[in-house]
Amino acid sequence: MNRLLAFGLLAALAAVSVPALAQGAVHEEFRWLTFVVFGAIIALTMYVTFLAAKRVKSAADFYTAGGGVSGLQNGWAIAGDYLSAASFLGIAGLISLYGYDGFMYSVGWLVAYITVLLVIAEPCRNIGKYTLADILAYRNNPKATRIVGAISVITVSTFYLTAQMVGGGVLVKTLIGIDYEISVVVVGILMLGYVLFGGMVATTWVQIIKAILLVIASILLVMFVWTPYGFSLPAFLQAVVGDAKVQAQVAALLGDAARNMTPEQLGQRFLEPGLYFKAPIDQISLGMALVFGTAGLPHILMRFFTVPTAKEARKSVIWAMAIIGGFYVLTLFLGMGAAIDVGPAQIRAIDPGGNMAAPLLAQYVGGGADSMLGNLFLAFVAAVAFATIVAVVAGLVLAAASAMAHDLYVGVIRSGHVTAMEQVRAARIATVFVGAVAIVIGILAKGQNVAHLVALAFAVASSANFPCVLLTLYWKRCNTGGIVLGMIVGTLAAILLVLVSPNMTYPLAAKAAQEKIVATQTANLERLQGELAAAGEPAAQEKAQAAIAAAEKVKALAEARIREIGDARTSLMGLEKPLFELRNPGLVSIPLGFLAVVLGSLLYRDRRSEEMWGELYVRQNTGILAAKASAH
Amino acid sequence: MAEATVPRIDWQAIERDPRFHALHTRKTRFLWGLMVFSIVFYFLLPIGAAYTPGLFATRVWGPVNVGLLFALAEFVVAWSIAFVYSRRANTEFDAMADELVREAEKIGGWP
Repeated sequence: MNRLLAFGLLAALAAVSVPALAQGAVHEEFRWLTFVVFGAIIALTMYVTFLAAKRVKSAADFYTAGGGVSGLQNGWAIAGDYLSAASFLGIAGLISLYGYDGFMYSVGWLVAYITVLLVIAEPCRNIGKYTLADILAYRNNPKATRIVGAISVITVSTFYLTAQMVGGGVLVKTLIGIDYEISVVVVGILMLGYVLFGGMVATTWVQIIKAILLVIASILLVMFVWTPYGFSLPAFLQAVVGDAKVQAQVAALLGDAARNMTPEQLGQRFLEPGLYFKAPIDQISLGMALVFGTAGLPHILMRFFTVPTAKEARKSVIWAMAIIGGFYVLTLFLGMGAAIDVGPAQIRAIDPGGNMAAPLLAQYVGGGADSMLGNLFLAFVAAVAFATIVAVVAGLVLAAASAMAHDLYVGVIRSGHVTAMEQVRAARIATVFVGAVAIVIGILAKGQNVAHLVALAFAVASSANFPCVLLTLYWKRCNTGGIVLGMIVGTLAAILLVLVSPNMTYPLAAKAAQEKIVATQTANLERLQGELAAAGEPAAQEKAQAAIAAAEKVKALAEARIREIGDARTSLMGLEKPLFELRNPGLVSIPLGFLAVVLGSLLYRDRRSEEMWGELYVRQNTGILAAKASAH
Repeated sequence: MAEATVPRIDWQAIERDPRFHALHTRKTRFLWGLMVFSIVFYFLLPIGAAYTPGLFATRVWGPVNVGLLFALAEFVVAWSIAFVYSRRANTEFDAMADELVREAEKIGGWP
């Protein structure tokens, strides 16, 4: 098996060094630096996997590291599992482009852990074993709840996984110019190497290593950004307010409303709400999905089965909250620092979503695009981003594979009658299957806008998983009927509402928007032609010509887009315009999920759910037998 | 497997035990109180940002405004809740639960 592992490592390294390189944020001459840093991190994680592989003997080792992870380790691993590229690069980017709103967005990601800490982590540790469905199956009909639980887990994981694979491929391409398909395959192979050989032990360590690297990188960057202002918050923010690039960005975002504002006012506006979030209800809906959805994310829940006791589970959430919260406070400086040092315009030029803000900031503080140190910093941040994707994907694949192997195969098909050997084999086969599917989906979804898939994963987790887990733990009358109905209604409500929401592409609206761009650019071109004719000096002529070329490019892009849309009139769902106005369905789908669990429970009678309530409630509160079970 | 050797425990007896009742009552009141408070406090941020932009824009410390301080306070409050909960759980709830775990050994046939 170790020979196989060595082969996987070589294959991965060979794939990384394949010279299929195009353009990227890293300069050609410094690209070797990136590979050195990448290679070092891959070698370290592979070494850890090599050590872990010897310890993985049973299904418990594979799924939960035998329950032998400490609270401190698990806290770092949760942070590593949770701080995906979307939150690590995405939030810094949002802050660099939209200021205050980006920071406000980050708050929900931390507050989510209060729900996890207070009502989910310890009870789950006390009664669960490997999967989310274990909790549901405890007092309810095991087969029925395992089926709906596993389907929901696989749905959530697939959405999240697709977003990670596509985002990762794009990220690696943007940073170092490796082909998209190659990045997806490399991420897939590496992740499979970790999970297949090292199971949860290796996954945990990969997540810990990644979280530590992420925190080191962030602290270093913040030191560089903040030192010139003597570590004073007002002095630093004053520099943000007074920065011409920031002022220009606010003026561009506000449009006509910015006409009568002084530069100082424009800069100050960057620190006020409303530049990104326009619809308050939508934002509240998103907040609900974050705050309740995190507690229903299968790859996060699974982490609580790796610690031996409820007390360690509690300790791990406390550590995770300290790390995750500290990280988000640092992103305020990363984002604002990128806004003044790199500038929103340049950040947008490389990636319109702002995802490159932190990497570009690293390059800047190291000395810029032409310096060795600048590119070493960029390489380090790029490697951390890469490790992030691999670590998050590994956690997700493990969660999906455990639902397939432990819940569906062992629990439902074989009714629990399997040998220890068969369990481990089932787990590994499911892992290879999920990993292969992840790679295929990643390649097929190339070029798709997958940003809303993370939101959709949170929506399903908060509308289906969370109500079911919460009510089976705390509500005496909850039963099989409620769990089955809640899972189905919560999942379908979240997905259907997104399918008819503004997240989808509506050809008529898209066409109108592009036509508007064509119209403004046509007017713009006429004006520029006039300027060119009037321009006397060669410098002015050159400037006008450059502006004309840029405008023509924008116009051509918009026209190409219109041709692409063609005669299409309706969205995927056959709608001309959204039926449901919220981008995030949480506000409606979470109450629907709860309602379904309550109604299903009241309309159905299940003797087992009632008889087991006393046992479940005593166990989830006290942890009787929990420590004993994990000692095996 | 562990399940095969699990001893029989009279769960109903423990549920009726006054010590379990005390643990359950205190925990429930404390936990759900904190939960409701944290959710209300969290949603004050987006609601405040949307409906009282003037208040959020009020400058209090150089360019630092109420909105920024409120957002930072969200972090401090989240950490404080975690601290308060873990302190109470580590001392009070854990001790009460441990006693029940020992008692369970006496009631049921724990080997």
